[in-house]
Formats: sequence, C-alpha cells, structure tokens
Amino acid sequence: MAQNAVIPLRYGDGAASRTDGLPGAALPWLRDLRAQSWARFAATGLPNQKQEAWRYTNVRQLRDAAFAPATALANGIGRDDLPGLLSTPAARLVFVNGYWRADLSDFAALPDGVTVMSLANMLAGDSELIAPALKEALEREDAPFATLNGALMQDGYVLHLAPGARLREPVECVFVRLGDAAVEYHGRHLIIAGANSEACLLERHIDLGSGPYFANHALAVAAEAGANLQRCKLQAEGTAAVHMATTQIDLGRDARVANMEVTLGAALSRSDIGARLQGRGSELRLDGAYLLRDRQHGDTTTWIEHCAGETASNEIYKGVLDDRARGVFQGRITVHPDAQGITGHQLSKTLLLSDQAEMDSKPELEIFADDVKCSHGATVGELDDEALFYLRSRGIPEAAARGLLISAFIEDALASVKNSSIRNYLETQVNLWLEAVKGVEPV
Amino acid sequence: MLEIKNLHATVDGKAILKGIDLSIGPGEVHAIMGPNGSGKSTLSYVLSGRDGYEVTEGEVLFQGRDLMQMNVEERAAAGIFLAFQYPVELPGVSGMTFLKTALNSVRKLRGEKPLDAAQFLKLVREKTKALQIGDDMLRRGVNVGFSGGEKKRNEVLQMAVLEPSFMVLDETDSGLDIDALKLVAEGVNALRNAERSMLVITHYQRLLDYIVPDHVHVLAQGRIVRSGGKELALELEANGYAEFIGEEAA
Repeated sequence: MAQNAVIPLRYGDGAASRTDGLPGAALPWLRDLRAQSWARFAATGLPNQKQEAWRYTNVRQLRDAAFAPATALANGIGRDDLPGLLSTPAARLVFVNGYWRADLSDFAALPDGVTVMSLANMLAGDSELIAPALKEALEREDAPFATLNGALMQDGYVLHLAPGARLREPVECVFVRLGDAAVEYHGRHLIIAGANSEACLLERHIDLGSGPYFANHALAVAAEAGANLQRCKLQAEGTAAVHMATTQIDLGRDARVANMEVTLGAALSRSDIGARLQGRGSELRLDGAYLLRDRQHGDTTTWIEHCAGETASNEIYKGVLDDRARGVFQGRITVHPDAQGITGHQLSKTLLLSDQAEMDSKPELEIFADDVKCSHGATVGELDDEALFYLRSRGIPEAAARGLLISAFIEDALASVKNSSIRNYLETQVNLWLEAVKGVEPV
Repeated sequence: MLEIKNLHATVDGKAILKGIDLSIGPGEVHAIMGPNGSGKSTLSYVLSGRDGYEVTEGEVLFQGRDLMQMNVEERAAAGIFLAFQYPVELPGVSGMTFLKTALNSVRKLRGEKPLDAAQFLKLVREKTKALQIGDDMLRRGVNVGFSGGEKKRNEVLQMAVLEPSFMVLDETDSGLDIDALKLVAEGVNALRNAERSMLVITHYQRLLDYIVPDHVHVLAQGRIVRSGGKELALELEANGYAEFIGEEAA
C-alpha cells in the first residue's frame, strides 16, 4: 500500500469485499478476484489531480463523505413510478439502489440464444456463461473506480447473445435511486455478444429520491466477430449525486459497436471509456452529449486503441455548458505498430451558454503505424450571432432560435442512435433540459 | 408601404447612413446602386433590425408603423424579408425544419393557425417545383455545402413560403453565374404583384436586366445622390460611380 494512498475510512480494510452479503460469495474464484481488486484499489486509493488522467477532475468529496452501502429495498416503488419507459422493449431490468427488482422487470419473451438477467442471479445459477468475461474484466482492471467496483460490486445487468442471436427491440436497463439516505452502490455489468449477433441496449440512471449518493458502475462489452451492438446511456442522476462509470469495449473481427451517452445529471460525474479494436475490420463509434448547468462537473475520458489493421473509430462529443458548469473531455487514440490501414476521427465541440462555464479538452494521438488517417478537433464557442440573426430574420423568435441552434449543435452526436424509440426518448430528455435554460425554448 | 425619412445610422460609432429619404409604394420595385462602402448593406441591416446598427436620427415607417420599435422577428412577421448577400449555414438544421419553424412562427405572430405536417408539405412541394429545388436540398443542413446558386435559390424559396409584403434583396446577384441568376430572377419576378414591394440592392446593373425596377437610386457616402428611372442603371453601367464619389470629395 502506497504511503499516501487515500482510502475512504468507510471502506475499512476492505473486509466488506469478502463478506457473504455480496453476490458470488460461494464462488472461490470470485472471492479471490474481489480480494485482488481490493488490493489494487488499496494500493492506489482514490485518484488525485497530480495524476495526469485526473488532472481536471477532483474527487475529494468522495473521501470524507458518509456514504453507506445500499441495501435492497423490497418495495417503495411500483412500475407506474418509473417515468418514460420504452413502450416495447425486448426486456427490461430495473435496479433500485443498485439491486435488481424482479417485480419491476420483464424478460420473459426473449428469443432463443438471448439471455438478459441480473448479475447476482447469473452468479447464483448459470455462472459458467459469464465467468470467463467477468474474470477477464476483473483481472485486467487497474483504474481506481473499476477496482473499487471489482471489490464491492453488488449487482448489475448481463446481456448475453449466443452466436447469430438477434434482438430487434432494445433491452432497457433502469437504475433508480430511491429514498433520501446517502447510499453508495457499485453496479457491475456485462454485454457479451457472440459472433454475428445483434442488439441494442438503453441504460438509464435516474433519481427518485433526494440528497447525495454515489453510484459507481463498471461495464465490460465483448463484441465477437461480426457482432453489431449499440449501447445508449442516459445519465440523469440527481443533482447532488456522484456518478462514476468505467466502460471497457473489446471488438473482434468485423465487429461494430456504437456507444452513445447523454449526460445531464450528477454534481460530479465521469465516464471513462476504453475500447480496443482487436479484430481486423472492426468499427467503433463513441458519441456523447453532455448538457450541464449550475456547478455540475462532467468528465468524459476515452481511450481508443487500434490493435489490428483496417479498423475504424469515430468519436463525436458535444457539450453544452450553462451557469458555472464545467466540462472535461480527454480523448486518446493509440495506433499500435502493426495496425495499418486505420482511420480514427475525434471531434469535441462545446457550446458555452454562460461566461462562467468552463471546458477543458485534451486530445492525444499516439501513432506507431504509418498507414493511418487520424484527425482530431476541439472547439469551444458561443452560439453564432449570424445564425441567430438569420433565424430571427425569418420570424423565429429569439428563444426558439436559440433552442433550434442548440438542438442542431448536438444533433450529430445523437445521429448514431438508429433505434427510433431510444432516439425519441433521448431527444425528449434533451428538450426537457433545454426548457429550463433561461432564454431558450426547445423546438 | 415604406417611408424612410432622414435616416442616419452608425456602426461602431462610425456614421454610415447620413440622411436617407426614400418612399416606396405598394407593388413598386426600387433599386439601390452604389459603390462599395456606400452604405447599401447597412441600409438592409437597419431595415431588418440587426444588432450593432444604431439609428441616430430619422425614422422608418412600414405600413404606418414605426419599424425601429420592432424587433427582428416582429419585422419578419409584419412582412419584411431580407434576402442575404451571404446566406448563413445552419449545420444540423434541415431545410424542412427551418422552413416549417419559420412559417409557423410567422403565422403565430400574425395570429394565424400553424400548418400541420401535411399542409406544410403540400405548400413546400408547390414552391420548390418552380425553383428546381429537390427534396435532397431540404433534408440537408440549411445552406451547408450549397453552391452559390443553391444558396440564393434557397433564399427565394423562403420568400415564396413566407410571402412577405416587402423584400430587400441584398446583392442577390453576387456569386451567381448567368443561368443561376436567371433562375433566381424568375423566382423573384414570380412573386411580384400589385401589393408586394421590393428594394433591390446591387453593385452591378446586370441583375436589373432580369429584375426590372421602377425606380433606381444611387447611394454614395451614406446619401441618395441621384434618383431616376430604370435607364439610370444603364447610365451607371456606362460611366461608373466616379462622378458621385468625386462630388463628395470636391
């Protein structure tokens, strides 16, 4: 343990990771991996701003906060209390304070080859289906919030697609925080897409309670040869929440993965996405829109590694910052020596609606191959006066003109969402956010 | 229709318009010609209400109302339309969304009911046909990647849909080849009627071969220095503006 590693006192000596209360306690391999994750977390402690990867984001508030481990709630919420559910999902898993709730979920009518289940249930039953992927994820992780999650993970979703399995409708996973207790929960999720399988998934994080809490999620996505996956995430946590998310995406030969995240919530949030294009011909899209106000702090950090030839990645991140909000985008693209015929494009654009909002962008390209087309661009600006005047000169009132321009600004970050019910849902959430901005009327 | 009386305007504290008097009746087409820097574009921005153009003296009455008391969108709803010299690109705003939002905003401000999707589509189909504007152009971001001719045709389409009573055409001929110019002029001429007036601002006489004005005025150094019929444009084409710039310098 490093001398200066900051380990919040509430975690004690990490014994919680070895208690019987957490899922998979009967599996020796998992107990060992939890212990290993804890040891890794204990060695680093919480990150600090002296570390390059955390230069712009301060997590000090997590050190002394009195978060208590969340406990499973048997009731207190019904289906009708969940806002904006998709009308025809292929399956729905609902988690309350991090624990899966069977009574709010629905996954009865899935086709053969598709498994949607809570992690705890999988570990209690058919753990062989997910053991290799979970082991690999835990073995590999070394970043602090991932290792903390590895030690304390309680539940989460599993989407498993056998080779060739296809879902037409999306899988919906809803994470609800309930009550006003300052809880923390660690969600652990797996998407395993067999060869030539296809699915899309919407993950939503919402707060139906009040006051601070800490949600720490970790997701591993494995897209095998020819798989086609779309994952969308809406982070609409409560305004006092801390939300940390670590996502690792691995792409096999000719696999296609599109990951799109809309960030509206939490006082402090970070989405750490790592992606490895390991199979020739694989394609990755990482897109995001973050709309922040008051003193919200939202950090997106991505690291894309092109490990194989003929791979393509495309990133579009759009930020809209109001009041004293602060956005961070760190985007790193690495092209490994043998990876030829690569394209990698990265774009980070931010719109500042207030003089006091702030954006930090840090693109990084590390290229060790020669047949590579990579680009990156980062802009920070205000709404275009010329465009506003043009719209108003056609009779569109100023507030509506602003709304139209802001929607248009984030449009290409949402463009990758092909499923229309998810797309409509995300657009509605964005419009709700816009409605609360002074001098803006959504279109 | 439009009465401009002793209009003075400044930009960044610098006097650009120095006493313009101009009266335009219903159905009339007036052309304003003049050398670069004479204040032509400033006049068009003052009429449309752009920020940064301060009227220091004089008044403008539009259909009897004080135009300077109205904001940009109120002027548009009242029937003023500025066709931009350089139409602005709006990435992410499709032509359809733009037109529909504009039309329904104007209808709302005029106290009319908004058009529904079907009614709107029918209207746009009618208007696009004559201007040779395809659906593809309306699906793309407004003016994004458009040629000069496409941008100006798009301006004319907006006029045709919004049906203003007074149009200001600011250097509409700039950036157009002769075929595009003809097409745009035809579009504009199709909108001419006994009620609708126009102010055509241009540096060159060429545009006025196709959009034939009733009156021509020469703007130099912020004032109208000469007015005449359409033949004045030909005279200017032959002799240039030196005479008017000279007068001021003398």
